[in-house]
Amino acid sequence: MFSASDLRKGLKLQIDGSPYIITEFEFSKPGKGQALYRCRMRNMITGNQFSKTYRSGDKFEKANLEERKMQYLYHQDDEYHFMDTENYEQLFITAEQLGDNINFLMDNMELEVLFFDDRPIDVSLPIFVNLTVTQADPWAKGDTSGTDTKPVTVETGYQLQVPPFVDEGDKIQIDTRTGEYVTRVKE
Amino acid sequence: MLDLQGLHIRAALFRFIRDFFSQRDFLEVDTPIRQPVIIPECNIVPIMADGQYLQTSPELCMKRLLAAGCQKIFQICPCFRKDELGKNHLEEFIMLEWYRIDANYRHLMLDCEELLQYVVWRFADQFPEVCDQNDAVAEALRLLSAPADRMTVAEAFDRFAPVSVAEALQQEIFEEMLVEFVEPELGKKGPFFLVDYPHELASLAKVDLNRPEVAERFELYLSGVELANGFTELTDAGEQRRRFVTEIEVIRRTQGREQVMPERFLGDLGLLNGAAGIAFGIDRLLMLLLAKETIHNVVSFNPADF
Repeated sequence: MFSASDLRKGLKLQIDGSPYIITEFEFSKPGKGQALYRCRMRNMITGNQFSKTYRSGDKFEKANLEERKMQYLYHQDDEYHFMDTENYEQLFITAEQLGDNINFLMDNMELEVLFFDDRPIDVSLPIFVNLTVTQADPWAKGDTSGTDTKPVTVETGYQLQVPPFVDEGDKIQIDTRTGEYVTRVKE
Repeated sequence: MLDLQGLHIRAALFRFIRDFFSQRDFLEVDTPIRQPVIIPECNIVPIMADGQYLQTSPELCMKRLLAAGCQKIFQICPCFRKDELGKNHLEEFIMLEWYRIDANYRHLMLDCEELLQYVVWRFADQFPEVCDQNDAVAEALRLLSAPADRMTVAEAFDRFAPVSVAEALQQEIFEEMLVEFVEPELGKKGPFFLVDYPHELASLAKVDLNRPEVAERFELYLSGVELANGFTELTDAGEQRRRFVTEIEVIRRTQGREQVMPERFLGDLGLLNGAAGIAFGIDRLLMLLLAKETIHNVVSFNPADF
């Protein structure tokens, strides 16, 4: 159990059966009055946010969260299969649960998976991933259309805008937080 | 850790405050930081040191000094309040308190205005380069020395909060409403006195004889930050004892702590007639003066420095 004085930014709690993280926190204590703990919370599964003010006597349940190192194996339709690199246990996470992360998953990639009550709820990808361009229009020299980017597709099927000099077969670095092109990578 | 310039400014602020009070014939006193008895206040949790309390305020000793014959006294000292940690809070912080006999809370408000103007004047005189190079500091100085405004708690709730002060008290959401709706509006243009607190929120203050529902208590705000809490002292020992009995009961119920009745304090209180006192947060004043985001940025060491 946590008490109100444990509350701070980044703390993870369980409320009504769901894990929440405190995204903003402020302690107030107006003129010899009650201490107030003002929190903005985000549901770690749905992303829903709410604000609430707590008082000194309030108690909170710890969220049963565990982070495990896992390796991405393959996907079959909407099921993405992973293996725990410590005990070799396998499990799958649905495409819906993974959200945009599926754009950056490569076979054998190692990542952190967050479990809530033994249910996988989030994966932490490396910030940068290198992916091969599988489809790109050639750069038409002398193109005066004024556009300074073009669309390409990478090996995971993800499409993004890149500078015109990127060719099919090039490896490019992508920022997984924004999904944007960073640079071309030399082999 | 505070940088060299910050340390110089902090030391200067203490000096300015001492000069201000010395020039006005206040006697500087120092009283024990560790005490076997403290004033029971249900919303303040003390920190213990080898079976005694670290003071949450020098109030008890300073009022006893008034009873012993002092006329005007001040003190700058560390105070300790457990689990108070935030943007504007540190568990250990520096308090300025001053007390005067034959005075009421109106005298204290005047003192506050004069003190702020004096500090700003001395600061601008001693650190012109800081004011010139930092627009935020220049603006802070302008605000601190602007003419003060005041409003009663009841008016402020009517004006800024969705409920009246009576409704807030009845629903036990006074603090929530104050923090959420009222405080952010206070002291935008200069020092602001929020005055005449509901009597139930002023355990040591004298009730206004003409309006028994309010106590002669005020809080000084600037830019939404509470700087000081002052009041006309309750000097009726019998009434004070009744209020302490309630506080001690609440402390027992909510914190499971036994706090003893400060008997000698009550004995001395009866010797006073007409006194006023105020507690002023010096770290917060420095935070506002230097336009810093948090109190943690204006103390020599904050918890993150260890």
